[in-house]
Amino acid sequence: MRRLLFILPLLTLALMAGFFAWSLTSGRDPASIGSVMVGRPAPKLDLPALRPGEAPLTDADLRTGKPVIVNFFASWCTPCLAEHPLFTRLREREGATIVGIAWKNKRDDALPWLKRLGDPFKLAGFDLDGKTGLDWGLSGVPETYLIDGTGIVRRHYRGPITERDLNETILPFLKGAVK
Amino acid sequence: MIPELGHFALILALAVALVQGTLPLIGASRGDLRLMALGRTAALTQAFLVLVSFGALTQAYVTSDFSVLNVVDNSHSAKPMLYKISGVWGNHEGSMLLWALILALFGAAVAVFGANLPDTLRSRVLAIQALIGVGFLAFLLFTSNPFARVYPAPPDGNGLNPLLQDPGLAFHPPLLYLGYVGYSVTYAFAVAALLEGRVDAAWARWVRPWALAAWCFLTLGIALGSWWAYYILGWGGFWFWDPVENASLMPWLVGTALLHSAIVVEKRDALKSWTVLLALLAFSLSLLGTFLVRSGVLTSVHAFAQDPSRGMFILAFLLFVTGGGLALYAWRAPQLQGGGLFQPVSREGALILNNLLLCTLAVTVLLGTLYPLFLDLLTGNKVSVGPPFFNATFVPLCAPLFAALCVGPFLGWKRAELGPALMRLRLALVVSLAAALFAMTMIDSRSTLAALAFGFGVWLILGSLASLTDRFRSGTLRTIPRSTLGMVISHASLGLVVLGSVATSSWSTEVMQTMKPGDRIAFAGYSVVLDRIEEVRGPNYIAERATLNVSVGGKPYTVLQPERRLFTVQRRQVAETAIQTNLLRDFYATLGEGDPKQGWVIRLYLNPLAPWIWLGAALCALGGFVSLSDRRLRIGAPSRRPSSLQPAE
Repeated sequence: MRRLLFILPLLTLALMAGFFAWSLTSGRDPASIGSVMVGRPAPKLDLPALRPGEAPLTDADLRTGKPVIVNFFASWCTPCLAEHPLFTRLREREGATIVGIAWKNKRDDALPWLKRLGDPFKLAGFDLDGKTGLDWGLSGVPETYLIDGTGIVRRHYRGPITERDLNETILPFLKGAVK
Repeated sequence: MIPELGHFALILALAVALVQGTLPLIGASRGDLRLMALGRTAALTQAFLVLVSFGALTQAYVTSDFSVLNVVDNSHSAKPMLYKISGVWGNHEGSMLLWALILALFGAAVAVFGANLPDTLRSRVLAIQALIGVGFLAFLLFTSNPFARVYPAPPDGNGLNPLLQDPGLAFHPPLLYLGYVGYSVTYAFAVAALLEGRVDAAWARWVRPWALAAWCFLTLGIALGSWWAYYILGWGGFWFWDPVENASLMPWLVGTALLHSAIVVEKRDALKSWTVLLALLAFSLSLLGTFLVRSGVLTSVHAFAQDPSRGMFILAFLLFVTGGGLALYAWRAPQLQGGGLFQPVSREGALILNNLLLCTLAVTVLLGTLYPLFLDLLTGNKVSVGPPFFNATFVPLCAPLFAALCVGPFLGWKRAELGPALMRLRLALVVSLAAALFAMTMIDSRSTLAALAFGFGVWLILGSLASLTDRFRSGTLRTIPRSTLGMVISHASLGLVVLGSVATSSWSTEVMQTMKPGDRIAFAGYSVVLDRIEEVRGPNYIAERATLNVSVGGKPYTVLQPERRLFTVQRRQVAETAIQTNLLRDFYATLGEGDPKQGWVIRLYLNPLAPWIWLGAALCALGGFVSLSDRRLRIGAPSRRPSSLQPAE
């Protein structure tokens, strides 16, 4: 019994170290604020099309039975510039369905920006006053949502997506591996 | 060329540390004097080599050698010289090098000052110290090389985080590391004692000066950090229970407990295994603090190495050092036989109470710091544990600690009576009760807790000084041992810290106002006029400076000039508060955002007794140094004193 008392500090350490190792390997970002959107149906979507002559964007576009990526962007946003090539790659190599929404961005700015960098969006919406962004719980641009075929949000990325996000979550999601 | 020399010296230091960490250990177990003697030489060589390496990095910073990646990332040619130098440790790699340097210097100090230690104990201590050094040097060389080159060399660097460009912060890390790393020596002594299977009064006498020195530096380091937060962050607060502050507070609390329990081992031959455990934990908690700050598992202002591979290395190292120590403890400590018996009411009893409370405080802080991490991992919920938790747990636990603190020194060893001790403290008791009553009725009737804490502050000062009254009466004040004097200074200055914190956090006045030049506001009996806002240029920043003319009863009293500095290289703004102090209160002003059309946001605070927080902390450390100056005479000469007391024959 007395012996056990002397082993106690070692056991406490082992327990704590286990936790620390777990927290280091879990890929958790302590600075992330999390999202209440994940696991819920995607918020209402009813936006005019960004590109002239296209049909407006509606809820039905997110419930096609296939996974959809929704990306809020703006031409004035520098991080958007950084993540843009990844979307282009997703479109060209994986054939992903990507919905782009220009947030608080004039058509005259957003369209030339897409023309210059390439347009990876199958559908593109136009949220000039940012109200749809508000419904989607946006805290800034860029933000990206992965939505499954039934319209449920499965992932929410705040800030630009990275190569790592692409490989670890987005690609498996498109292949149906991530629920 | 010089950075390569620094790199090379670091590699050599690792090789020397490997030798120092193994051969003397073998020598000690075999009784081989030559192998044991190697420990001292190796310790001095290792310190020299790390010093060369550190000098090389400093040289790169001073000459702004932008072919070194570390200098590019953390320095800029336009930076003042002080911050070029402090930039050396204002980043992950450099601060780890500073850590390794201090570790090696402590090892060298043990080699130099430990000349009268028994050979086996000294070589074991030096070997353990070197093994810790191996970990840090390998960490530097394999994951965080400060000498990595960049080609082509950019024309200029990215500059140092502006928040760190401050004189207070230039010296905060070295002092803090002296404290953290100082506990490596007590750790090494504890492990060596467990290896030898012997903990006795002599061991405690050797450990105490190191524990005391580490404690003094840690106290100063924490105080400097808190002072910096007070005047640079511009929120008027001085302690925010941030994970990093907590990380430094935990080893301080356990280190304070160690300081007291080692006395019991030295004087009464009791509490042995407990003291050894504290010595192991003080350094383990220092390492834990490093892990929390450097691995990125928690967010904090100090988190500059968000790299999981580094985090894994530190965790493995933490596990090796702490786990090794604690495993040895579980194996060998049960054999340590306790000596002296004592009654609950006695000096020993009081010191045990002190230890229990200090360790409970440390556990409280540990839980509060790690709880959000555990909860996040287990449930995915994000919470932050802040002042409300600590005010509800930490503060009440301080009450019995402070109450007992003044009584303890009046109790005799083995067995004592509470009555006579309290009789000698009656004046302090009456005055502090009166002070609490005064605070409740005259200052602020709403907060009984603040008034009580105020009374405790007065109690700590008067109760500690009370132990001098007998000596004062008998005229023997001058012959008082330095260790006793140091204790009285440290205990009493804790009272200053308590008074300062209570008054500042409970009774400060503040106002926030948008002002244009010429506007006047009345604030706490002062009249404050915003005279002008002007643009000033510093060496590496542009600032907006407000000039506030403060007057009392129509007479000019003082001029305050808070600034907002925009550091051009990093495009970051930093508030520079203006503080006018009269040692009884701080008049504190900050300048917020604004423009000529809307006006500028000015915040004014009147923080009563705020200077006492840092004055108290500095005196607290001074008390430690006074005590240390006494001990130094006795280090390694334990037999001299008793023999000098023998009557001449």
